[in-house]
Amino acid sequence: MTLDSKTVHTIARLSQLNIDDGEVDRYCQELSNILSLVEQMEQCDTTDIEPMTHPFDASLRLRSDEVTETNQREKFQAIAPQAERGLYLVPKVID
Amino acid sequence: MTIKTIKQHLADLKHGQVSSVELTSDYLARIASSELNAFISVNPETALAAAKHADEERAAGSDKPLLGLPIAHKDIFCIDGTRTTCGSKILENFTAPYTATVVNRLSDAGTISLGKTNMDEFAMGSSNENSYFGDVLNPWGNEVSRVPGGSSGGSAAAVAGQLVPASTGTDTGGSIRQPAAFCGLTGVKPSYGRCSRYGMIAFASSLDQAAPVTHTAEDAALLLNSMTGFDKRDSTSVEIENEDFTRDLNTPLDGLKIGLPKEFFGEGLDDEIAQRVADAIKVYESLGASVVDVSLPNAKLALAAYYVIAPAEASSNLARFDGVRYGYRTEHYDDLGQMYARTRSEGFGEEVKRRIMIGTYALSSGYYDAYYAKAQKVRRLISNDFDSLFQQVDVLIGPTTPTTAFTHGSRSDDPVAMYLNDIYTIPVNLAGLPAASIQCGLSSNGLPIGLQLITPYLQESRLLKVAHQFQLETDWHTLTAPSLEVA
Amino acid sequence: MFSWDKHWEVVIGLEVHAQLQTQSKIFSGSSIAYGAEPNTQTSAVDIALPGVLPVMNHEAVRLAVRFGLAVDAHINRTNVFARKNYFYPDLPKGYQISQMALPIVGAGTLDIETEDGTKQIGITRAHLEEDAGKSLHEDFQNETGIDLNRAGTPLLEIVSEPDMRSPSEAVAYLRKLHALVRYIEICDGNMQEGSFRCDANVSVRPRGQQELGTRTELKNINSFRFVERAIEYEIERQIDILEDGGEIVQETRLYDADNHETRSMRSKEEAHDYRYFPDPDLPPMVLEDSFIEEIRARLPELPEAKRSRFETDYDLNASDAELLTSERETADYFERVAAASDSDNKTIANWMTGELFANLNKSELSIEESPIRSAQLAELLDRLADDTLSGKTAKQVFAALWNQEGSVDEIIDSKGLKQITDTGAIETIVDEVIANCPDQVQQFKDGNDKVIGFLVGQVMQKSQGKANPQIANQLLKEKMK
Repeated sequence: MTLDSKTVHTIARLSQLNIDDGEVDRYCQELSNILSLVEQMEQCDTTDIEPMTHPFDASLRLRSDEVTETNQREKFQAIAPQAERGLYLVPKVID
Repeated sequence: MTIKTIKQHLADLKHGQVSSVELTSDYLARIASSELNAFISVNPETALAAAKHADEERAAGSDKPLLGLPIAHKDIFCIDGTRTTCGSKILENFTAPYTATVVNRLSDAGTISLGKTNMDEFAMGSSNENSYFGDVLNPWGNEVSRVPGGSSGGSAAAVAGQLVPASTGTDTGGSIRQPAAFCGLTGVKPSYGRCSRYGMIAFASSLDQAAPVTHTAEDAALLLNSMTGFDKRDSTSVEIENEDFTRDLNTPLDGLKIGLPKEFFGEGLDDEIAQRVADAIKVYESLGASVVDVSLPNAKLALAAYYVIAPAEASSNLARFDGVRYGYRTEHYDDLGQMYARTRSEGFGEEVKRRIMIGTYALSSGYYDAYYAKAQKVRRLISNDFDSLFQQVDVLIGPTTPTTAFTHGSRSDDPVAMYLNDIYTIPVNLAGLPAASIQCGLSSNGLPIGLQLITPYLQESRLLKVAHQFQLETDWHTLTAPSLEVA
Repeated sequence: MFSWDKHWEVVIGLEVHAQLQTQSKIFSGSSIAYGAEPNTQTSAVDIALPGVLPVMNHEAVRLAVRFGLAVDAHINRTNVFARKNYFYPDLPKGYQISQMALPIVGAGTLDIETEDGTKQIGITRAHLEEDAGKSLHEDFQNETGIDLNRAGTPLLEIVSEPDMRSPSEAVAYLRKLHALVRYIEICDGNMQEGSFRCDANVSVRPRGQQELGTRTELKNINSFRFVERAIEYEIERQIDILEDGGEIVQETRLYDADNHETRSMRSKEEAHDYRYFPDPDLPPMVLEDSFIEEIRARLPELPEAKRSRFETDYDLNASDAELLTSERETADYFERVAAASDSDNKTIANWMTGELFANLNKSELSIEESPIRSAQLAELLDRLADDTLSGKTAKQVFAALWNQEGSVDEIIDSKGLKQITDTGAIETIVDEVIANCPDQVQQFKDGNDKVIGFLVGQVMQKSQGKANPQIANQLLKEKMK
C-alpha cells in the first residue's frame, strides 16, 4: 500500500498534527515503507482466529463504588498551561 | 574496575561497611562527572535526604530488603514533585503530581532514587537517538560512539557505566532486553501484568511492562521481588500472591529442556552472535540441559503485527498530550485547532509522529479489519505457537538482537531498518511472556552479545534460575566496559 | 394533525444518555455529586495525567444489568470497553471509553401507549460509557473554560430501534423510559441537570416505501417539550427539502429552542472518524449468571406489573391504574395512603388524580415535594369516610394542608369544619329551609324529585357546609312526605 498525500493529510488531521507541504513526500514514503512491512501479515491465514486484545485471558476486575479521591485542584492546576478561577482555559470553542 | 552487584552493596550496607549516604554520594559524584548523557534529571538533594533517612532507619533496626540502595528510574515513571519527561519536549517541564506504583514499591523497599534516566521519546526507539534530551553513549563504544540501544538506553548505559548499581526500565518490544544486550547487562522483562503500569507513561498498553536492568540475574530477582505485585489501580495487573524470585536460583538445571526456535537463527543474524549463542548452549548442555530444535512458525510476522498494534495503541494513548491540562503548549495560536496541532507538532519528535500517524491510519474507518483486527489475530497465532512449544520445552533460547551495538546515526535514516533490531524480542511482548537478556560473550570488536531466554507465562523463577546458573558458570556478566578501565 | 401525515411517513429513533446513580465515577474514585466547584471532583485519572489507568465501578455494571432486565433484554455475558477517539477540550484523554461491538445490554423492548393502543418499541442496545466534562463559553472573553467534574460520570446510552412514527410517539417513548429508569432507581432523571439527555434520529419517506430515508441526528433536546418541537420542526424541514426536489444530508443538527429551529453542525461531523478499538487497559467484562440472577431477584416491580396489580388488588379502572403507576413515587404514595386509610381505593385515586395532581402541576412540584404527605392525605380521607368532613369541607382542609396550616384535626378544629351529624341540629336547619322555600317544597310534592338537590344545598349553605348531606337529604324527604 502506498499512501498518497491526501491520505497523509487526512491522517495528520485526525492525529492533530501539522504536516508542512515540504514534509508530505517524506511522510508518504516513510509511512508507505512501514505499511509494506505490516502487510506481510497478508500471507497469513487467520480464518476463524479470535483476535487477541489482551496478553492473558483475564476478566475485568470491578472496584466497589466508593468515593476515595479528595480535591487536588490546586496541585493539578499548578502544572496547567492556562487555568483561571478553577477552570482550564483553551481558545474559544465555537460549536 | 570491576562490577559491584546489588547483592554486594546490600551486604556492605547491612554490615556497616558503607552508609547509604556514602554510597549515594559516591554514585552522585560519578553521575556528575559522566559524559554518557544517561540521565535526564538528577536529584542530589532528595537522594541524599532519602539516604540519610535510610541510614537512620537501619540504625533503628529496619530490615527493608533494599534499604539504602541507590537506583535510577527510567524517565517514563511519574514521581510526585519530580520532573518526568518521557524523553519528550512535550513533557520537558512536566512535574508529575503523583507517583507510579513501581516507584512507590521500590521506595517502600528502601531504595534511593538518584534521578531519571534518558530514553527514546515515549519509549519509541531502539537506539535512544529519539530522545529530545540528546543521544546516550554506550560505555562499550570505544573509538566510535555507539548507541546503548533503546528505549531504556539511559538506564542500561547508567548501569554499564557504573553510575548506578541498577535501574528500572520498561519493555514494550525489547526496550529492556535490547539495551541490556548492547551494554553487556542483564535485562528482565516480567510477564505482562506482573508489574503495575499505574504511573508508567503508556506507549502500547497491551505490551508495556516495567523491567529492571542489572549486572546479574540474582540482582534482577532482588529488584523484582519489590517491583512486582498486584495493584488495584491497574485493571491488567495479575492478582496473585507475591513471590520470592530468588527461591529457585540455586536449583541445578539437570533435565532442563531447551528449545532453539529456528526462526531466531535465520538470515540477518550476525555470525559472531550465532557463534556465541552456540557456545552458550554448550554451557547449558554441560549443566545437564538437553536441547531441541523447535519452530515458532508465525514469529516472522511478529514485527508486522507489532507495528500495527503498538502504534495503534500509542496513537490513542498520546492523544491526551493536547496542551490543555499539563505539558507543553505552543506559544502562537489563533484558535483551538491551531493550538492542538501546533502543540503536538512542536512537542513530539519525528518517530513519535510517524507512529501516531501509522496507528491512526491502522484504526481508521475502512482499514481496521485489514490492519488492527488482522494484527490481533496474528498475535493470537504467535501466542499459540509459544503455548504449544512450552508443552515440549522448559525454556526457549536464542540471540537477543541480530547485531551488536551500532554507531550513532548509522540507522536513523531508515525507520524500518531500525525496527529490525527488535525482531527477536517482539514476539515475547505480543504473547505477554517473561524473557531476559544476559551477556554471553563479546564480538571480535569487543562489543557485548546478548542471549535471550524465554519461559512460560508467570514462570519468572525458572527464567531467573536459568540465567543465574549460566552466570555461576561463566563470567561474561562481570566484564566492564573498556572506557571504565581507562578511567 | 400535520399536513405531512398523508404523504409522508416519519421514522424516529432515540438515543438516550442516562447518568447512573452511583457514588463515584465510572473509572475513578471521584465523587459525581452535582454542583461542586469546578474541577474539585477531578482525580489524576479524571484529568488523564500521563500514566493513569481506569478501574471499573461495580455499581455501574449492576445498574446497567438492572436496566437490561427491566426491558427484557439480552445481557451480554461478555462485553467489551472500546475507545472512541476524538479531540475535544472537555475530553481529557482524547478518547471516550465506551462500548461498541459488544455492549452490556443487547436487544430489548419497551411498550408505549399511543392513540391506537399499546405499541412495542424495540431497544437496540444499551451500553456503558463515561461522560465528558463541560465547556463554559460565557465566563471569559476569548477563552472557553473547561470543568472536568462531570468527566467520567457513568452513563448508560440507550439506543432505540427506529420504531416511532410521530413526534408524539417519540415523546411517549421518552416519558416511558424516563419513568422506567427512575422506577428501577438507576437514574434520577433530572433533565435540567443533564442526568437524562436525548438525541433523536429523524428521517421521512413517502408512505409505502420500504427503504429508509436519509436521517439527521438532532442534539441538545433536553426536555419532553423540546423533543416534540424539535422533531416536528425537523420533519417539516426535511419534507420541504424533499418536496422541492432536494436531498437530505446525513448530519448532526443542533436544536435551538430559543429560535425553534435546528441548525447544522456539519463542519464538526466531517472531521470525525472515531477509530474505535477495544481498550487495552480494560480486559473484557465477564458476567456470571449468578450475578445477573441476583440482580433479577432484587428487581423492583416494573410499571406494567404494578399497573395490572393496581387494577386487580385495588379494584381501580385502567385509566386510574395507569395514572397512578406512571411514576414509581406516585404509586408508592398511593399505596401508603391505601395502607393507612380506611377510605375506599376509588376515593383515594380520585383525590390523587384530581386535587393532588392539579395542585402539584400548578406549583410545578413532583409528588416527592408535595407539601401534603401521604399520611396526611390518609387522615383527611379518613375524616371524609367517617363523615367528620363533607366533600366540600374536605377540599377546604386539603387547601389548608397544602399551605401547611397544621394537621388535619387541627385544621378541622380551628376552622370549625366538623360536619354536623347530630340529627337534631340538622333537623332544626331542615325545618327552617322547608319554611323558607314553600315553592320548592310544593314542586317536590308534585313529583319533581330533582328539586331535592336545591333543598339540600340550602341546608348545606345554612350550616356553612358542615351538615352531613345524606342526613339532610333523608330528613328533607321524611318531612316533605
